[in-house]
Amino acid sequence: MYFRHLKDPSSVWPGASASELSRRDFLKLTSIAGAGLTLGAVLPGPAASAAATGAAAAPALSMPFVRIDPDNTVTVLSKHVEAGQGVWTGLPTIVAEELDASWSQMRVESAPAKVPMYGNFAFDPKGSVQGTGGSTAVANSWMQLRQAGATARAMLVQAAAAQWKVPESEITVSEGVVSHAKSGKKATFGELAARAGKLPVPANVKLKDPSQFKIVGRDKLPRLDSRAKSFGQQQFAIDVMLPGMMTAVVMRPPRFGGKVASFDATQAKAVPGVVDVVQIPRGVAVVARDTWSAKKGREALQVTWDESGAEKRSTARIMEEYKELARGADAVKAAKEGDADAALKSAAHTIDAEFEFPYLAHAPMEPLTAVARLTPGKCEIWAGCQFQTIDQVNAAMATGLKPDQVFINTLAAGGTFGRRANAESDYIAEVAAIAKAVDGKYPVRLIWTREDDITGGRYRPMNYHRITAGLSQDGKVVAYKQRIVGQSIIAGTPFAAMMKDGLDPSAVEGHAAEQYDIGNVHVAWNAPKSPVTVLWWRSVGHTHMAASKEIIFDELAEAAGKDPVAFRLAHLGKHPKHTAALKLAAEKAGWDKPFPKEKGRGRGVAVQESFGSVVAQVAEVTVKGDTITVDRVVCAVHCGTAVNPDVIRAQMQSGIGYGLAAALHGKITLTDGHVDQTNFHEYTVLRINEMPREIEIHIVPSTEPPTGVGEPGLPPIAPAVANAVRMATGIKLRKLPFDLAEARAASAKA
Amino acid sequence: MSVKLTVNNRSHELDIDPNMPLLWAIRDHLQLTGTKFGCGMALCGACTVHIDGQAARSCVTPVSAVLGKNITTIEGLDSASGKAVQDAWVHLDVPQCGYCQSGQVMSAAALLATNSRPSDSDIDAAMAGNICRCATYVRIRNAIHQAAETLPATSTRG
Repeated sequence: MYFRHLKDPSSVWPGASASELSRRDFLKLTSIAGAGLTLGAVLPGPAASAAATGAAAAPALSMPFVRIDPDNTVTVLSKHVEAGQGVWTGLPTIVAEELDASWSQMRVESAPAKVPMYGNFAFDPKGSVQGTGGSTAVANSWMQLRQAGATARAMLVQAAAAQWKVPESEITVSEGVVSHAKSGKKATFGELAARAGKLPVPANVKLKDPSQFKIVGRDKLPRLDSRAKSFGQQQFAIDVMLPGMMTAVVMRPPRFGGKVASFDATQAKAVPGVVDVVQIPRGVAVVARDTWSAKKGREALQVTWDESGAEKRSTARIMEEYKELARGADAVKAAKEGDADAALKSAAHTIDAEFEFPYLAHAPMEPLTAVARLTPGKCEIWAGCQFQTIDQVNAAMATGLKPDQVFINTLAAGGTFGRRANAESDYIAEVAAIAKAVDGKYPVRLIWTREDDITGGRYRPMNYHRITAGLSQDGKVVAYKQRIVGQSIIAGTPFAAMMKDGLDPSAVEGHAAEQYDIGNVHVAWNAPKSPVTVLWWRSVGHTHMAASKEIIFDELAEAAGKDPVAFRLAHLGKHPKHTAALKLAAEKAGWDKPFPKEKGRGRGVAVQESFGSVVAQVAEVTVKGDTITVDRVVCAVHCGTAVNPDVIRAQMQSGIGYGLAAALHGKITLTDGHVDQTNFHEYTVLRINEMPREIEIHIVPSTEPPTGVGEPGLPPIAPAVANAVRMATGIKLRKLPFDLAEARAASAKA
Repeated sequence: MSVKLTVNNRSHELDIDPNMPLLWAIRDHLQLTGTKFGCGMALCGACTVHIDGQAARSCVTPVSAVLGKNITTIEGLDSASGKAVQDAWVHLDVPQCGYCQSGQVMSAAALLATNSRPSDSDIDAAMAGNICRCATYVRIRNAIHQAAETLPATSTRG
C-alpha cells in the first residue's frame, strides 16, 4: 500500500501542503464569493468548499465534506477520485446514514486539491497528501464522514428546534425530513439549511450506534453514477471541451531511458491542422486542432533519440539476471522468524520451486488524458487525478507556478488500477509542460493513444521468486524460505522515504510470515535496477506474493496428504479473519462434498489478506487441450462493516476479472529494449467470453470498521485457478501468465 | 474539405479530411463525447455507434464511408432495445469506471434489436468485441437478459 510506511510525506514533498490557504485568505475568499457562513466543522483547518463552489448559488449550509442546498439536495464533497471502485456512492452512504437523509437527495462532487483538509489519513496521520490508493477511500473516510453527517444533522435539528420553539430532544429525523410529532411540524433539510448554516458548529456530536444503521449495509443502494455512465453523460478528461482548446499527442522515446537528441518538425508542421510542435522534458509534443490531425502530425515527426542510457536488454535476458541474483547471498531482509535454514534441514519433506511474473500494463479503458489551461499566474488542470496534491505540485513545477496557483479539477477516471498515481504525475506534468511551451496561447488537451499507454511503462514489476519450504513429519509447514527479485516501485522517487532498512515494503507485502503461522520464515529481496519504469498495479506486491505462496501451500498440502482447506486452516490459528473468510468460501462452494471426478475438471482454493481485508476464493475450472476455462468462482470477503454490499460484490467481481486477465494472458515483454506489445491484439485482456459464468460473492458479517475492497479481490484468483488446474491435470503452473503447453513440456522434461 | 454527416437524425456540414475516422469527427468536431476512444484499432469497442442500425467501430470507419448513412451515437439512442438496455444497466448498477459503457450499451442494443432472447453464449459472442477492464461482464450478461425480458420476443437467434 502506498503510504503505509511513510511517516511524513510533507517532508519529502516540500510543496505538498503549499496549497493550504491561510484562514484570513479563506475568509476573504468566502466573503467575496458571498457564500455566507461556511463551517470548518469537522477537521482542523479552513474550509474550501465554499471557495470551490462560489460560482454556484450560495449554499445554505456548507461544510468541508457536506453541502445542503435550498433545493433540498445534499452534496458530499469527495476527496477521492471515482475510478469505478464506487467511492462516489460509498462516501455519500456514510454521510447519508448519520444525517438520516433520503438516498434520493444525495449528490456527489469532487473536492478541490487541498491538504490537510482533504488529505488521506490512511497514508499518514497528518493527511499530508490527497490521494486515492491502497484501497483506503472508505476506510479513511469512515469516521470523518460519519462526524460530518452527524454534525450537519445536529445543526438541522437545532435550527428546527429554534424555529418551532420545541425541545431538540423531541425532534426526529428520517428520510430527509425533520419532524416534531407533538406539534405535527415538519421541514425538509433544504428548508432548514439556511437557518442551520448560521448556527455555531457543535464540537462533539453523537454518532449512531451501528445497530441503528439503515443506509450503511443496505443490500442494494443504487450507485449515484450509474445513470450518467449508462447514457454516455459522464464527463471524463477526454470529454473536456474548452473554447479554443487544441489537442496534443507526444512522441516519447522508443526505449526506456531514451532522450530527445534532436528533432525536425518540418513535415509534422506541414500536416493540415497541426498548430505547434514543441519539446517537453519527456519528448516532443505535436499540437493540432483535433486528435486525428495531431496523430497524423506525430507520424510525420522526425526525432533522433539519445539512447546512451536506455534499456536495451530483452526481458528473457533480464529474467536470467534475476535468477542469477537470487542465487547470490546478498539480499535485503524482508522477514525473519526463527531459523528457516535449520528447520529445512530437519524437515521431513521439502519443496523447492521457482516462479516467474512478467511486467504488466494497467491499461485502463480511458487512455491517459489531461487538459490544462494556463493563464497568467494560474494553471487549471482537468484529469482523473489519483494524487491530487502531488499532481498539483508537479503541474506547478512544470509551469513555474506555485502549487496554490494550480487548480485541480478531479474528474471521473476511466479506470486507473494505480496507473494515475505516480510520483512524477507523468501525464499531468506533460500537459502542463505543453501548456507552458506554447505560452498558454490556448487550452491543451493531451491524449495518450493506446499504443502510448501499453508501451509507456510504469508496469507492475517483473518478478522472480524462489521458495523452499519444509514439512514436519505430522504435515505442518515448519520452514519457509523465499527470495524475491524485482524492481522497487519507490526507490528513486520521493516515496523512497517509505523504505526501511533498504526494503520497499510493497515489493514483498503479503508474504508467508504475515499470512500464516509457520515459525521459521526467511523472506529476502533483491532490487535490480532498470530504466523500465514500474508502478503499483492493482494489489501491488500481493499480485505476485499471494500467487507463489498459495500455489506452494497447495503443493505442500498435497505432499502432506491433507485437504487444501483444512491444511490452510491448520496454519491460521492466529488469523481469525483468514479463517472466517476461508471457511465461508469453502462452505458456499460445497467444499465438504467431493468434487466430481470428470476429465479435465478441477477445483482450487486460495486466501490472502491485503489492504486490511481478507479474501478467499474457490475456483472451478475445465481444461480442454491447453485451454483453461474458469467456470465458477466462489468468493468470500472479510472487509469489516460492509458499507455498500453491492459495491463490494462489484469490486470482488472486478478483482476476479482483472486478476484473471493477468493469470491467463497478461504480459509485457521487451525485445532489445523495445516493448513487444502495442495494443489489445498483443496485450491480451479478459473479454466477456472468458468471464466465469458463475461468480458468487459472500460477505463475512462484521461490525469492525470498514477495510478495503478495490484491490483485495484480485490476489487469490490466479493461485486458486493454478491449484484447480493442477487438480485437473497434475500440471504445476508456476509461471504467469499460465501457459499449459509450456508447463506440460517443462513437466515432461523434469 | 466539406463533408455532410447525419448523426442522430441531424445533418452536419464539417470541414474535415474525409479519411478522418468517424470517431474523431463525432467527438472533436460535433462534440458528442459519449462515444469513447479506447484503442483506435477496432479492438475494444469503446467507440461503438450504429450505422444504419448496425453496430460499428467508429475508430476505424472513415467519414467517407458513412456519407448519406444514418449514424446513431449513445446520445441519440432511442430504440426500444436501447432504452431497455439502459434501464437494465442502471437497475443492475452495471458501470464501474463507466468509460467503456457507451460502447457496451450500443453493442447490447444492437444485439437485442436482432435477437430479443439471447442465450449466455449469444451474449458472449456479440459482446466479446467490447472490453471492460473493470470486468463488469457478469452484470452485463445479467442486464442484457433483464432488458430482453422487457422486450417482446420478436426474434430469436437473430
